[in-house]
Amino acid sequence: MAADHIVKTFDEDLTQMINMIAEMGGLAESQLAEAVMALVRRDEGLAARVIDHDERQDELEEDIEAQVIRLLALRQPMALDLRTVVAALKIAAELERIGDYAKNVAKRSLTLMQTQPVGNAANTIMRMGSIAGDMIHNVIDAYLNKDIVKADEVRARDQDVDQLHTGLFRELLTYMMEDPRNITACTHLLFVAKNIERIGDHATNIAESVHYLVAGERNERERSKQDLSSSTVINVWDKS
Amino acid sequence: MSQALKHSLSTEHRAKVQARGVNVYYGDKKALSGIGLDIPEHQVSALIGPSGCGKSTFLRCLNRMNDIIEGCRVEGAITIDGADIYAKDQDVVQLRARVGMVFQKPNPFPKSIYENVAYGPRIHGLAPGRKELDDLVRDSLERAGLMGEVHDRLDHPGTSLSGGQQQRLCIARAIAVKPELILMDEPCSALDPIATAKIEELIDELRTRFTIVIVTHSMQQAARVSQRTAFFHMGELVETGSTEQIFTNPKDDRTQAYITGRIG
Repeated sequence: MAADHIVKTFDEDLTQMINMIAEMGGLAESQLAEAVMALVRRDEGLAARVIDHDERQDELEEDIEAQVIRLLALRQPMALDLRTVVAALKIAAELERIGDYAKNVAKRSLTLMQTQPVGNAANTIMRMGSIAGDMIHNVIDAYLNKDIVKADEVRARDQDVDQLHTGLFRELLTYMMEDPRNITACTHLLFVAKNIERIGDHATNIAESVHYLVAGERNERERSKQDLSSSTVINVWDKS
Repeated sequence: MSQALKHSLSTEHRAKVQARGVNVYYGDKKALSGIGLDIPEHQVSALIGPSGCGKSTFLRCLNRMNDIIEGCRVEGAITIDGADIYAKDQDVVQLRARVGMVFQKPNPFPKSIYENVAYGPRIHGLAPGRKELDDLVRDSLERAGLMGEVHDRLDHPGTSLSGGQQQRLCIARAIAVKPELILMDEPCSALDPIATAKIEELIDELRTRFTIVIVTHSMQQAARVSQRTAFFHMGELVETGSTEQIFTNPKDDRTQAYITGRIG
């Protein structure tokens, strides 16, 4: 960590901003975990709580944005400070989006409670949620400790979520072909899976912001894309 | 980064000035140590660093202002367009016509506005007649962004102008002798923000015709006006690079500490 600023209140302003990011990151992680838990356990109360808590996430994003604008106007940060402040603005937006996806998972879990469980889907969703949750946790750690190695690991981890998503996509299509009565539940599960896949992407964006914040340069390597769901076809005529 | 943006940021400019292994001593005290720096043509280069870091000393090497300081000794090589300015046959008066200077405090001569600008061209024989001299004075005042404010009082004393106007008069005086290089030593430190903004705008216009080196204590000013930045610390050149790189991603910890206002 760099030395303290000569102007102490500058450090206090930065610390306050960083603490808000930490709180927002913690909230995003727990929102996702609880939304997935609500889905798996068919827990209405928990789902309602997740939906309710999203407001705090939105408030935090607004507060961080206000703090960033204040810091830019009053402190004119340079170099590492400038990158820290700009990264905070971007990370807050990513976390807010993650919060929205978690909220949507909670909403769909309420709908899914009115349908029959479909195969093993809930388990796969739980695994996806657990990896995406780890990604959020680790990327916020990486931000707080300016740990570029950890940030790059998070970026690499996203392919696990993508692979699970592609697999689940195929599985759900198969259930729908087997029995049209599964279609309602499967469609909601597809969206849930997509939401979690997107959460992984946003955590990856945060990892890239942390990389830039620490190194002053963007990630060079192109990331391998493992989400093949958009090109997946299951041909019903091959089945016979 | 897109190719288009990379292109717009490219700084392929010929080195107007090259300094190599420059050491400066004031008596026994070494003020600058092994400075190697290129000043690109038609760019604004900012020299930054804490007080006593040697940035002004380096600036003064470029027009041999240090010659007049008792006990000052300059080693190494400084060339302008490849010619050594410390060569034995170098005419110092001629050098200072090629390398103009603007100081911290505006210092107009105790003469009229017109005479302040006409003085240099007259002694260097740049205007053969009255008409040519008039044109040159008006042109210089115009380029310094002052003509509109003084056109009806060219015979008034230079010292009757405001601080910001006086500084622009000094810039008009400097450019009247058609220098190639303009050195500015904290040119805005005695000016209010509006007068500062006018000088900064002027600096940006002037770089199309001249090469400019500015010493400034204001990092925001260095960031606003320059394309290249060099950071000096305790008599050494710590880091030099594009201004954008220095202010977003400096490589040296000392640069980082200085520009972010940390205790280095």
